[in-house]
Amino acid sequence: MYTFSSKLKIASFVLMIVGALAIGYGFLSSPSTVEEAKALVAAHDDGHGDAHAAPAAHGEHASAEAHDDGHSAEHDAHLLSQFKNRPWAALYVGAFFFMMIALGVLAFYAIQRAAQAGWSPLLFRVMESITSYIVPGGIIVFVILVLSGMHMNHLFVWMDADVVANDHLLQGKQGYLNVPFFLIRAAVYLAGWIAYRTISRKLSLKQDNAEDTKSYRMNFKVSAGFLVFFLVSESMMSWDWIMSVDPHWFSTLFGWYVFASMFVSGITVIAMVTIYLKSKGYLEQVNNSHIHDLAKFMFGISIFWTYLWFSQFMLIWYSNIPEEVTYFITRIEDYKLPFFGMVALNFIFPLLVLMNSDYKRINWFVIMTGLIILFGHYIDIFNMIMPATVGDQWGIGVPEIGAVLFFAGAFIFTVFTTLTKAPLVPKGNPFIEESKHFHY
Amino acid sequence: MAASKVVQAFFNDDEVLMKAVKKVKSENHHIEEIYCPFPVHGLDKAMGLEGTRIAIMSFIYGCIGLTVAITMINYIMIADWPQDIGGKPSFSYLENMPAFVPVMFELTVFFAAHLMVITFYMRSKLWPFKEAENPDVRTTDDHFLMEIPVHGDHQGLTDMLLAHGAVEINITEK
Repeated sequence: MYTFSSKLKIASFVLMIVGALAIGYGFLSSPSTVEEAKALVAAHDDGHGDAHAAPAAHGEHASAEAHDDGHSAEHDAHLLSQFKNRPWAALYVGAFFFMMIALGVLAFYAIQRAAQAGWSPLLFRVMESITSYIVPGGIIVFVILVLSGMHMNHLFVWMDADVVANDHLLQGKQGYLNVPFFLIRAAVYLAGWIAYRTISRKLSLKQDNAEDTKSYRMNFKVSAGFLVFFLVSESMMSWDWIMSVDPHWFSTLFGWYVFASMFVSGITVIAMVTIYLKSKGYLEQVNNSHIHDLAKFMFGISIFWTYLWFSQFMLIWYSNIPEEVTYFITRIEDYKLPFFGMVALNFIFPLLVLMNSDYKRINWFVIMTGLIILFGHYIDIFNMIMPATVGDQWGIGVPEIGAVLFFAGAFIFTVFTTLTKAPLVPKGNPFIEESKHFHY
Repeated sequence: MAASKVVQAFFNDDEVLMKAVKKVKSENHHIEEIYCPFPVHGLDKAMGLEGTRIAIMSFIYGCIGLTVAITMINYIMIADWPQDIGGKPSFSYLENMPAFVPVMFELTVFFAAHLMVITFYMRSKLWPFKEAENPDVRTTDDHFLMEIPVHGDHQGLTDMLLAHGAVEINITEK
């Protein structure tokens, strides 16, 4: 059995408290009137266009010259809504990012069960613990979506009746993009994911003391069924929760793209938690071949993500159809560094570092690469949400870092609490012996 | 050194072969060659063979392929005749790069794969019309053959091999 080290527990609480304070500060410091918003832009209008990465409270990209010259009040209202969106968008990106890790692990876990993989049963308890975050994490995302539906923020522009009234395109999409249906769909996805997670965990624990393999076989069937549900629900989730912040834009491979991002982040977290537990003396039977396999997945899925990222980008860039290409034009103009930086972080770095077979067995190498991959995929989600919600008023400052810290704390607390609730090595799994002697 | 003799020990099971290899290595005999009908997992480690460096060569070939692709396409599309084809920006390489990525990718894979295969053929001396180096035809079907060069007395070695599961021992001049 695993005992939650008090140091890690305190660290997770500190993360949550610091994060919560920073989130609160983000909400309090966002301007509430047009005048305050204009003052903020003016205050930072000192020509330092590359002040993006500065972790200042309001390190917004200041390009006010382009804005101030004689625009209408409409523009000012737009600016204000971008400022008001920033703490919300930061919260949403953070909440989604950590929920997506748990969801990616859930998909990986179901695949391992459905594929009857012989190497991974030793890691099932680690995966089950990570997926436990889908319950609080999913509910937090759902609450943010409900608050959006109650017009507490302007993350989803199609939820604004005034905007829809003047927008022919959005009127055409009202059959799908309307608040009640949107929330019902979200509830269905979450209910499906949480239900599978709960059932599979229960069956997995039941197998520990079972005489036969009934629970194991049941789990196999449930996992295979879940994968069918997951692929449909994940794809629709990506349209609902992410693509609909840009409701004029659409892309067919978007669901796969978001999936690749969550899948590689999830596998990375499995590897990191496994290495952490092994370094603390738990999981003695995990050998460097298991780490090697996880690192291979990190490598392969990173390239898969890049393939999808590039396929989406290149098709739209090549044909250059105005209604589609605005998506990338705003990103390249206002988000140049994060947009192209994430390709380096998520592709070139893992490609070169994890190519060598020997490096994939070195724990600190996998941890360092994992941190880079996770950061890269946070930026990936950031790039999906921010341009549509805060536009060029983006930054990585107190609200963004605060949200990441808060959800990281919540994630660590949930995952490691669940780890204490069951033995780390499952018994009774028909493949557990093979997994213990796995050697590559 | 005088023309040496080789002991050819036949085995008919890969497990037995592995055990015999470990025994022979532990007695500090040099194993000249082992002929197998199929790959025996772990045999290279038991024999103490060095790991292959063909993956490193493949990486280098891939880098060469990428360079060839970039140089070629930059010369053709940007430097030599930067024609406006359907509004694609051919002012600089970077501006039109997404359109070149499929070519860059394929040439990288092409070079990495083909040059690696050719390297493999050259290093293992394989080509059409090459005369097969089979000491015994059975090694392509169901027998494993271990060749150990001996100088002088080979009785002790032969006994040891027979005790470790060899089904037949031949001694030939090489």
